[in-house]
Amino acid sequence: MKRHALTTRLWHWLNLVFVVILFMSGLTISNAHPRLYWGDWGFAPEQAWLILPRFPDWMTIPGYYSLAVARDWHILAAWPFALLLLGMWVAMLANRHFKRDIATDRKEWRPASIRRDLVAHLRLRFDHGSGKYNFLQKLAYGLVLGVILPMMIFSGIAISPGMEPTFGWLVEGLGGRQSARSLHFIFAFALLGFFIVHVLLVILSGPIRQLSDMLTGGHHEEGPGDAA
Amino acid sequence: MRRRNFLVAAGAAVLAGCNKVAESAPGARLLSAAERWHKGAHRLLTNREALAPEYPRSAVSPYFRGNGTTDPQEPAYQQHAAESFANWRLEVGGLVETPMSLTLDNLRRLPQRTQVTRHDCVEGWSAIGEWTGPQLSLLLEAAGLREEANYIVFRCADTLNGAVYYESVDRIDAFHPQTIVAHSLNGEPLPIRNGAPLRMRIERQLGYKHAKYLTAIEAVASLEDIGGGEGGYWEDRGYQWYAGI
Repeated sequence: MKRHALTTRLWHWLNLVFVVILFMSGLTISNAHPRLYWGDWGFAPEQAWLILPRFPDWMTIPGYYSLAVARDWHILAAWPFALLLLGMWVAMLANRHFKRDIATDRKEWRPASIRRDLVAHLRLRFDHGSGKYNFLQKLAYGLVLGVILPMMIFSGIAISPGMEPTFGWLVEGLGGRQSARSLHFIFAFALLGFFIVHVLLVILSGPIRQLSDMLTGGHHEEGPGDAA
Repeated sequence: MRRRNFLVAAGAAVLAGCNKVAESAPGARLLSAAERWHKGAHRLLTNREALAPEYPRSAVSPYFRGNGTTDPQEPAYQQHAAESFANWRLEVGGLVETPMSLTLDNLRRLPQRTQVTRHDCVEGWSAIGEWTGPQLSLLLEAAGLREEANYIVFRCADTLNGAVYYESVDRIDAFHPQTIVAHSLNGEPLPIRNGAPLRMRIERQLGYKHAKYLTAIEAVASLEDIGGGEGGYWEDRGYQWYAGI
């Protein structure tokens, strides 16, 4: 049996492409009005809870300031991003990847067990047998797949004025349009945080094998769990 | 430092790829198709009469930000402003049975709609204001909109960077109950900053659709021969014609 299913690998790399396009074009959109507000409205510095820096051109799509072009890329990439996430969830539930590898049980939430995982991580010990994820990995992947990525889509829908007549409950649930916009930024940067830690841990835990496994699928190593 | 260089290189690679796609003919077609997919999805999910949220009077923002043109310098407009817009006219023409020329007084005597709505700028900010004016549908019905009119074009008195401002909507947004020709903001005549003496309210779309300094409403079959052919001042500069996204 492969370590990563084909659907997982396909989704992983395609999702990376679209998330990068969305993030970099999103930085241009941020440059158009780099202030964040809570509630329904806000337009002036004194109403803002956060004023973002100007993101330099090498970080943005396009590589010069154009809100129009950035919006084109953003609303194009939003489609495959959302549809692929939906597809990944269907695949993950169907092939039991979610239940088998990501869902946690009550035992894993015990403070002692969480502490053990944390300490092992901080000591950069990644040997936890037979291709299984430990608690922190499950938590990180679960949060990304179940909260952060879906919230990018929902808060994005909530910012669209054309969607509001139908999805008014969504805008209200997120605390108003400017709150939804703030959350869109917060989740985007939470995703960036995950991305940085994810890449760092791959580098620390044997990048060649990790990358080749994510491309070819890899194999389950022999371990006590697989012996039976 | 090396990590930063790597990031810059990775960013440059993504950018180069995106530029290649955007410059190719299929890439450009794909980018403009996305706008149509969103419009299609919005129209599929949303009833054509469904209303944008309306707020209580107490939710009105302390002042209403102005953007784009906030003080038109054209001599004709300046003259009107000096006369407190007493001689302003709104022409209703194009593909209609009976072209009309209306005074502000004519418009104020029609049945009025007052709505407290949120204005969302394409840049990202929002402001809430109370707008009053007759529904556009009233004017179009009175003038007798012809069958072949697919779009309503809004002509404006201001120029931005040397080009005349204009905008357009299709019949669905033209006949939407919240689409009004506003003459008042928060119970007062429109300030010059916000489009005096008349501006459009297209409540389910972004701010650039809400044409200010309105001089004429023109029914047309196609947008091709108007301005740059894309249906509006900002659309001619690359922005989406469907601004509900």
